[in-house]
Amino acid sequence: MKPTDIAAPDYFHKVVDCQWACPAHTPVPEYIRMIAAGRYGDAYMVNWKSNVFPGILGRTCDRPCEPACRRGRVEEHNQTNPEPVAICRLKRVAADNKGDIRAQLPKAPPQKNGKRIACIGAGPASLTVARDLAPLGYEVVVFDQDPRAGGMIRTQIPRFRLPEEVIDEEVGYVLDIGVEFRGGARIDSMKKLLAQDFDAVFVGTGAPRGRDLDLPGRKEAGKNIHIGIDWLSSVSFGHVEKIGKRVIVLGGGNTAMDCCRTSRRLGGSDVKVIVRSGFDEMKASPWEKEDAAHEGIPILNYLVPKAFEHRNGKLSGMTFEKVRAVLDAKGRRQLVPTGEPDQHFECDDVLVAVGQENSFPWIERDAGIEFDKSGMPVVDKVTFQASQPRVFFGGDAAFGPKNIIWAVAHGHDAAISIDKFCNGEDVRVRPGPLVNLVSQKMGIHEWSYDNDVSGDLRHKVPLKDQIIALKSIKVEVELGFDAKMAFAEAQRCLNCDVQTVFSPPLCIECDACVDICPMDCITFTANGEEEDLRGRLSAPARELSQDLYISDLLKTGRIMAKDEDVCLHCGLCAERCPTGAWDMRKFLLNVTHAGPACRSQK
Amino acid sequence: MTYISKPKLHHPQLPANKLGFTRRDYEGAISTLCAGCGHDSISAAIIQACFELDLPPHRIAKLSGIGCSSKTPTYFLSSSHGFNSVHGRMPSVLTGANLANRELIYLGVSGDGDSASIGLGQFAHSLRRGVNMVYIVENNGVYGLTKGQFSATSDRGSKSKKGAVNTDTAIDMVLLAMELGATYVARSFSGDKAQLVPLIKGAILHRGAAFIDCISPCVAFNNHSGSTKSFDYVREHNEAVNQLDVMMPRETITADYAPGQVEEITQHDGSVLKLRKLAAEYDVHDRIAAMNYLQGRKAAGEIVTGVLHVDPEPEDLHAHLGTVASPFNKLGEKDLCPGGGALEKFNAAYR
Repeated sequence: MKPTDIAAPDYFHKVVDCQWACPAHTPVPEYIRMIAAGRYGDAYMVNWKSNVFPGILGRTCDRPCEPACRRGRVEEHNQTNPEPVAICRLKRVAADNKGDIRAQLPKAPPQKNGKRIACIGAGPASLTVARDLAPLGYEVVVFDQDPRAGGMIRTQIPRFRLPEEVIDEEVGYVLDIGVEFRGGARIDSMKKLLAQDFDAVFVGTGAPRGRDLDLPGRKEAGKNIHIGIDWLSSVSFGHVEKIGKRVIVLGGGNTAMDCCRTSRRLGGSDVKVIVRSGFDEMKASPWEKEDAAHEGIPILNYLVPKAFEHRNGKLSGMTFEKVRAVLDAKGRRQLVPTGEPDQHFECDDVLVAVGQENSFPWIERDAGIEFDKSGMPVVDKVTFQASQPRVFFGGDAAFGPKNIIWAVAHGHDAAISIDKFCNGEDVRVRPGPLVNLVSQKMGIHEWSYDNDVSGDLRHKVPLKDQIIALKSIKVEVELGFDAKMAFAEAQRCLNCDVQTVFSPPLCIECDACVDICPMDCITFTANGEEEDLRGRLSAPARELSQDLYISDLLKTGRIMAKDEDVCLHCGLCAERCPTGAWDMRKFLLNVTHAGPACRSQK
Repeated sequence: MTYISKPKLHHPQLPANKLGFTRRDYEGAISTLCAGCGHDSISAAIIQACFELDLPPHRIAKLSGIGCSSKTPTYFLSSSHGFNSVHGRMPSVLTGANLANRELIYLGVSGDGDSASIGLGQFAHSLRRGVNMVYIVENNGVYGLTKGQFSATSDRGSKSKKGAVNTDTAIDMVLLAMELGATYVARSFSGDKAQLVPLIKGAILHRGAAFIDCISPCVAFNNHSGSTKSFDYVREHNEAVNQLDVMMPRETITADYAPGQVEEITQHDGSVLKLRKLAAEYDVHDRIAAMNYLQGRKAAGEIVTGVLHVDPEPEDLHAHLGTVASPFNKLGEKDLCPGGGALEKFNAAYR
C-alpha cells in the first residue's frame, strides 16, 4: 500500500466518524469537550455556526452522527449494550445552558451590497440561506404561507418534543440578523416572482403534501380520516384540540410516531400504530419507536390496510390483510398475504402518515425551470442550482423528504452558490474546508484533552413524569441532561478528532506503542496489498469502510500500519513512545460558508 | 510515567484461549518504566506466551529481585502469584518456593545487575541445581535505575551515554548458563517478538532449568551509537541460529517445512520444539560444540540468538533430592510433622 497522505483533508475527517456522517459536518468532539468544560456558550456557537438550530436539533435531529459514533463500535463485545455517545442530547445541553449569546451573533451591515434574494418557505433550508447571506450585505426576503417562520419545524414537530420558545428563539436569531420575513404571503406564481427585482430565488418549500390512502370507504368516512402532517399542523396552530378515544395511525415513519404520541395527549386513550412492513423495517428512528412504546402505544406490523369501515356515515373501524415478508428470486423483500382471515380494528379516527410528497403547483411549467418525469425539479446535486440559473432549490424541495440537518446542509451549499452567482463566478468551483492540525502535547505525559477513557455506559435522558406529560400537548417530555450527567456523558466521547500522527524518521521500532495499544490497532510489518495487509495485522482489520494509516518505510524495511477502526484516541501510543514519533494532534475541520473566502482570490 | 490506567476496552474481535481468557486478561498494571523500554516488550512477550499456552494465571508464580527488570512482574500476569525479593536473591527464594510447591510454574525475572553482579552466585547455584523454572534475564548492559553506569554484561570497549569507555570484561550469561548445566538455554532480543514468544513458550514447557538471556535496549541510557545493546546495534549484529515453533502435545502439525531443515525435539511432556535451522552446522544437543560456536561468533562480534542448547530429558532438583511427589500444601499434618518417633528414626540413620 502507498503511504497515507495525511495532508488530504478527507483522511482525518473520516476518522472523526460523527463529523463525517453529519451533513453539515459539525465538529462534534470539539463542542463536546467544551460542554465537559462547562463552556456551554462556546459549545453553542460552534454548533450555531455549523447547523444554525442547535436547540431545535438537540431535540429533534435525526442524528446520523450517532450510528456512526466510534463509541458504539468499541463497546461491542466489551459492554452488554454498546451505544454511541448521546451527541444529540449533549447539543441540547449547550443550548439550554448557554446564557445570553446574542452579542456573538452577526448583524447585517448597514451598507448593503445591492443584491436581493428571495427565499420561498421559512423552513430550515431557507433560514440557513438567509443566515449565511444576510451578514454579507444581501437583502434577503423570506416568504411563507404561515404567519410565523419555522416551516415544518413549527408545523409538524409536536410541542412536547420541541417547545415553541426554542423555535421562536432560534428562528429569531436568524431573522434578527436583518432578514425581512413576509408571513402569510403565499407565493402563487414563480413567473411573477422572477419578474420582480430579485437577483436569485431560493426555493425551500419542503415536501408539503401528505400521501393519502385511496381505499374503499375513504370518502364516506372522510370526516374522521386525517392526513398526518396536515393534522399535526392544525394541532400546532391550535385549530385541532381533540381526537377520538380510539385512534389508528397508519404508517411507520417519524411522522406516524408524532401522530400517535400527539393523539395520546388529545384524548386518544386507545392509540395504536399499524404498519405494512415488519417492526424492524419501519422508517422511524429506533428512539422514536421507543418513545412511542414508552407511552403505551402498541405497534402492530405486517398488516396491509384494506378498507375503511363506516356506519351511518361515520368511521367505525378498519380492515387489514395479514402479510408476511418473503424474499423473491432477486433477493428483494416482498409482502405476500398469509391467507389468514382479515383483521378488523374498531376506531373513531384514523391518521394517515404513509409518506410525504413534493408539490410545486405554483411553479409554472414554462417558467424556465425544468422538471423530471416524477415532477421533481432538475437540480444540480452539488450547487443546488436549477436549470434556470437564478433559481436554487434546497431542503426537502430539492431531492424529496429528508430531515432538518440535511436541509441546513443544503442551505449552506445553496448560499455559497448564490453568493458566487451574484458575484458572476462559476458556481461549480467550490471552496475547500478550513483544516487545522495542532499537537495537544502539554508535558511529557500530559495532553490538552482528557485522554482517560471513561467506562460509563450511555446515560439516559431523564423524562417528565408520564401522568403529567400525557396531560398536555405542551409539556416537554424530555428534561435534558443536568450539568453532572452532561459531564459524565461528554466524557464518553473518545475525542476522535485528536489524531494519532506518526513520524517515521523518529521511530526506533521499539514496539512500545504496539504493546500498550489497548485495541491492537498498531502493527509493524512488511508492506503488502491492502487485502493481504488487513488480514495480518495485530488484530485483523475487517471494517473496510475504515482506513488503514500506512507509514513510509522504516529502518528495518517494515512499515507501520494502523487500523483507524477502533482506536480509542487515548494517546497511550504517544505516551509510551520514547522519541515522539507518535503525537496526538487535534484535527479541526470547519466547512467554509458563503462569503469572500468562497470566491476566487483575484 | 503514564498516569492513566490502560483502558479496559479491548478489540471487539479479540480472541479467547481455551480457558476463555483474552490476552488482556494476562496483563498487569500499566508500566512505570521509561517510555520505549525493551523490558515492556519482554513483558508483552510473556503475556502472549502464557495466553497462547492456555495457562491458568493462578498456577504461575513470578519472582524477581531489584532493578528495572525486577519491577516488571507488576506489569504482567496480575492474577498470578508474585514475590519481589531482596537484590540478587530471587534464585534462592524461587528454589525454596519450588521445593515447597513443585506444581506451580516458576518465572524468575531478573536483570544484568541483579543476576550478573550482586546475584551472580545465586544465579549460578540455581542453574547448577537444575531448579525447574524459567529464568529470564532482561539484559540491557547498563544500570538504568542509577543513571547509566556500566553493568557486568557491558561489552569491553563499549561506551556509556556520556562517552566513557568500558574497560572490564563482560560476563556472558549464556555461556555461563551452559557451563553450569542449564538444560534449556536461549538468547533473544526484545525487539523481535516473533522470535522471543516461542522461546518463552519452549522454556515454560521445559521441565528443568531454562534460561533466557534477552537483550533489552535501555532507551534512556544505552541506546546510543557507542552502545552494543542498542536497537540498531543488536539488529545489525543479530545472528539467529534457528527459528523455534512450539507445538503442544496432540496438536496437529500443519506448518510445511523443507526436508532436512527442521529438527523436532520432543520434550518430556510431549510438546514438540520444531527448530527451523538457520545455521546448518549448529547442533543444540552438543553442548561443547555449541559453546565453541558461541565463543567463535562472539569473537567475530556477532550476537547469536535462538535456542542455543536443549536437553529434552532434563533431571531437576526434585529428582536429585528424591523429594515427595506432592506439594507441601497437599500433604496432611501427619505427613508434614510425623512426630518424635520419625525424627528418632531419621537421626538414627546417621549414627
